[in-house]
Amino acid sequence: MSAPTAPEREEAAARPARDRRRPSPSARRQGWVRRAPLLPALVFMLVVTQLPFLATIVYSLRSWNLLRPDSQAWVGLANYAAVFTDRQFLAAAANTVLITASCVIVAMLLGVGLALLLDRKFWGRGVVRTLIITPFLILPVATALLWKHIMLEPVFGLINFVLTPFGFADFDWVSQAPVLSVVIALVWQWTPFMALLVLAGLQSQNTDVLEAGQVDGASKWQMFTWITLPHLRRYIELGVLLGSIYVVNTFDTIYMMTQGGPGTASSNLPFYIYQRTFLGFDIGQSAAMGVVVVVGTILVALLALRLIFRTFMDAQEARS
Amino acid sequence: MTAPAAERPARPGAGSATPEPGRRLPNAASVRGGALTVFTWAVGLLFVSPALWLVLTAFKEENQAATDPPTLFFTPTLERFSAVLESDFAPYLGNSLIATLASTLLVLVLGIPAAYALSVAPVKRTKDVLFFFISTKMLPVVAVVVPIYVAAAHLSVLDNVWTLVVLYTAMNLPIAVWMLRSFFLEVPTAIVEAARVEGAGLPRVLWSVMLPVMAPGIAATALICMIFAWNEFFFAVNLTAAQAATVPVFLTGFVTSEGLFVAQLSAAVVMASLPIVIVGWTAQRQLVRGLSMGAVK
Repeated sequence: MSAPTAPEREEAAARPARDRRRPSPSARRQGWVRRAPLLPALVFMLVVTQLPFLATIVYSLRSWNLLRPDSQAWVGLANYAAVFTDRQFLAAAANTVLITASCVIVAMLLGVGLALLLDRKFWGRGVVRTLIITPFLILPVATALLWKHIMLEPVFGLINFVLTPFGFADFDWVSQAPVLSVVIALVWQWTPFMALLVLAGLQSQNTDVLEAGQVDGASKWQMFTWITLPHLRRYIELGVLLGSIYVVNTFDTIYMMTQGGPGTASSNLPFYIYQRTFLGFDIGQSAAMGVVVVVGTILVALLALRLIFRTFMDAQEARS
Repeated sequence: MTAPAAERPARPGAGSATPEPGRRLPNAASVRGGALTVFTWAVGLLFVSPALWLVLTAFKEENQAATDPPTLFFTPTLERFSAVLESDFAPYLGNSLIATLASTLLVLVLGIPAAYALSVAPVKRTKDVLFFFISTKMLPVVAVVVPIYVAAAHLSVLDNVWTLVVLYTAMNLPIAVWMLRSFFLEVPTAIVEAARVEGAGLPRVLWSVMLPVMAPGIAATALICMIFAWNEFFFAVNLTAAQAATVPVFLTGFVTSEGLFVAQLSAAVVMASLPIVIVGWTAQRQLVRGLSMGAVK
């Protein structure tokens, strides 16, 4: 019914990981048999993500501009010194924090509101949910174009038409409030993500507790703040963390809406490094910036990553 | 937790012995429910109105698309769509399809065995491996794009759609492993045990016992990977040119255009987004799980 080696392998698969203190030759072989299905994915990820990063570190120690091919030389930490005195880099870093934080916070608040509205049975609920998730599915490049050329366009844009009574008739959003425009498009894109996560949280609530609360005569507001919000906390944390991971790397929205401009007013780190690499061809400098961004991300994320990881493991183990 | 009666108008039956609070209760409750339903619909429509307006604009003539006040009533035309098709849309579409489908397939081929090794038959240091996978999602792409660009130039695979396939696989593999692992953890161990008792080997357990149970989960994982691959822009715009450019890159061609071009832009945007929007609608029940990498059901 099966290949001769199969029973052996399945035995290896069945044994829990607790006999790791007996490294007999056969156990070692079984270890490799068990590891085999994992290795292709692991090796692939190491090669495609970690090797380039090591190369980035090497590049960051060199002076290397593609426009001057003969100019290569080891320069030690000079590129890093230049990064930290680069005003535009620091401004882009500040913008990254501003854009990410405001997008994630506003999207989460709106997402909680939408999720609360969706968390009851009503006519056409599936349709409304489908409508609400749609902005998340539209190409981010398309979302940026939609907001720039159709919604926020100064003369014919829908937003200015609606806001005309408030004196916004000819307000040029994208050039006069570039960061706000980018955040608006990003919030529209990310609110469905938050709403879906929070909705999943609401629907996993224990109805017994809610009914007990009702029987005890708690008001709706009391039930929300004392029962629902604590329960939602894990989902909100997860949404904020995952949202931050994605939004921090935003490139397409800025590329399409503002090109980081006017000047460098709405440039974030991914866009600024892109400019230095592909428009300035300054490989050494951009590599140093990349390394700085990674180190910064790691510092900020170390706590967050552990937290996410624990949340993830708890969630998955609780269900297994 | 006691509240004055006036503070809980929504639950007139609460506190009394009514078994089904709020169901068969007076009209006030159902009127309130109806109003809330209308409100929810209004909020939903308002939220999605930019997308609805976009679709509407795609069916307009150019001179109706940019007017003040906006034109709401008009005779719909399909001319903008055919104009987009004539502007060489097909090659971009083809590249997007290859990049999306091939990378998703590769993700599944690498991800299913890996997720199996991390759930059903956990290897040593499972947690470290899972941690490694999720940490690669934290690595900003800008930190690796330079060497990838240099390497691709050396290997003469710039402007090659298979370069995108490899990169999109790496982008989606961590998500897929986490998500598939969460599905594997849900397969009742009793089924696997029973199959084993009957003498089924590992490949057979995987193929004829686990996969049928996993099929919906695998489909959901594939759909999520397709969404991310279809929407990817950074690598597409930096590593491709005339040959391998994908649909998002096609849309950048509209940025430089000035003047009355809004209707055609809308038609292009609709056509570029529609395939993946439909995929997302199909997968919406599993969307949360995919987006949270399997942490939330």
